[in-house]
Amino acid sequence: MITPEILSSLTTALARLLIFPGLLFAVPAAWFFLWVERKAVARMQGRIGPPFMQPFFDFIKLLGKDSPQRPGIGGLLMKAWPLIAVSAAAGAVGLLPVLPARGGFEGDLILLLALLELPSMCIIAAGFSSGSIFGEIGSAREAVLSVSYNVVFLLAILSIAASQHTFSLSALAQLPASPLRWLGIAAILVCLPAKLHLNPFSLPNAEQEIYSGPMTEYAGPELAMWELSHGLEWVAATGLVATLIAPAFTLWWVAALVFVALCFAIVLLLSVVASATARLQIDTTVRFYWQCTLFFAVFAVIAALFMRYKA
Amino acid sequence: MKLWNKLMCYSRRHSPWLFHMNSGSCNGCDIEIVAALSPRYDAEQLGVRLEGSPRHADILCVTGPVTHNAVNAIKTVYGQVYGPKAVVAIGSCPATTNVFIDSRTLAGPLNKHIPVDVFVPGCPPRPDAILLGVAKAAEILAARGSKPPVADVAPEIVGDPGGNCVSCACSSTEVQA
Repeated sequence: MITPEILSSLTTALARLLIFPGLLFAVPAAWFFLWVERKAVARMQGRIGPPFMQPFFDFIKLLGKDSPQRPGIGGLLMKAWPLIAVSAAAGAVGLLPVLPARGGFEGDLILLLALLELPSMCIIAAGFSSGSIFGEIGSAREAVLSVSYNVVFLLAILSIAASQHTFSLSALAQLPASPLRWLGIAAILVCLPAKLHLNPFSLPNAEQEIYSGPMTEYAGPELAMWELSHGLEWVAATGLVATLIAPAFTLWWVAALVFVALCFAIVLLLSVVASATARLQIDTTVRFYWQCTLFFAVFAVIAALFMRYKA
Repeated sequence: MKLWNKLMCYSRRHSPWLFHMNSGSCNGCDIEIVAALSPRYDAEQLGVRLEGSPRHADILCVTGPVTHNAVNAIKTVYGQVYGPKAVVAIGSCPATTNVFIDSRTLAGPLNKHIPVDVFVPGCPPRPDAILLGVAKAAEILAARGSKPPVADVAPEIVGDPGGNCVSCACSSTEVQA
């Protein structure tokens, strides 16, 4: 039985997934962030950098390239991974509570984290199913990296959620930020370069070192989908941080504007860090996350639990 | 559909991704390619990206006089680039084998093995000549679409038309012959 209530919540969900902050907003935003990243790196190196529409041209050009014919189930899987990655990243963007009090449910933070993790799982699977030795090296690095940074990333999110008694994104966006939340945000920001494969943690796709890592065998439209999923990951990951930082506004357009501005600032920050650093070795990276950062994350969770006990 | 084709042509011209291949070069031209990507010449303004995998590339940049060892590798890598694709021969070596002419270790010049679209003669060519060659190749790419390369079309020669190669004094008109 379809009641008007279910119908309206369904349309809201669809609107969030497809229009704002879903696909219709997220795809141009993904291209824009990819451009900002390349432009910021170029400016830091004293170059002029690519024109504004560059990621869009790259995408269209890749769509028009010949695509490889791969027989059997392996070929089918290789076609499927980028599509799964794009839909997961788009779903993660759709969950962001940019417009307050429109949809959202208790526990959507957990779903968002799961969806954010899916593209990196797809990258690991893609590298191994491509059968290329460079793909396999890249996938192994991605797997090791994701085990390292995810512990810190999840503990940081957990400390934020535990200190504010909720796993709902819109509730977290409404509540004022506590000092503990800032600690959590700092921990998330430390994890983002690894999540987005940026310097100094650009190990899985290490350009020129292991060719293109897991993407080595991809070409044409499939590669275009990977580029898009990478852009959408940018939007989702920076959007999550922007949601946690942004103060609550009653006017929806002010909230949306502040959200976009904060995302832009985070992209700029990450790009500047990426262009100012060189790639670390994999064991240095793992040691960095397990020895230096984990301590703070565990401290944050313990503090959050104590605060909860007191309150 | 017509609009889509126009957009595709425009995108192809504005986003040439390179794969750089050395077929026994002395490293002179390779350094000039790197210089073309550096802040002074900034090839990224044209949308150029140096790719790690030939599967991602549109334009294959080949340097060197093509040694016997390199022939199979060149053919393999040329096959790994998906169409539409273009080949730019950078330096005098892949065009004429340059000072190494008649060497028994060489199987060059390059256009004996794969179809070449643009020659950039010079020993080494200047980075701006390389950029001009890449831009020409991107135009050829846009016009070609997904049709296979035609062998009987005369390749483009870019750079200083009257200039002679510093090491062997061959002129760019000799390259054409």
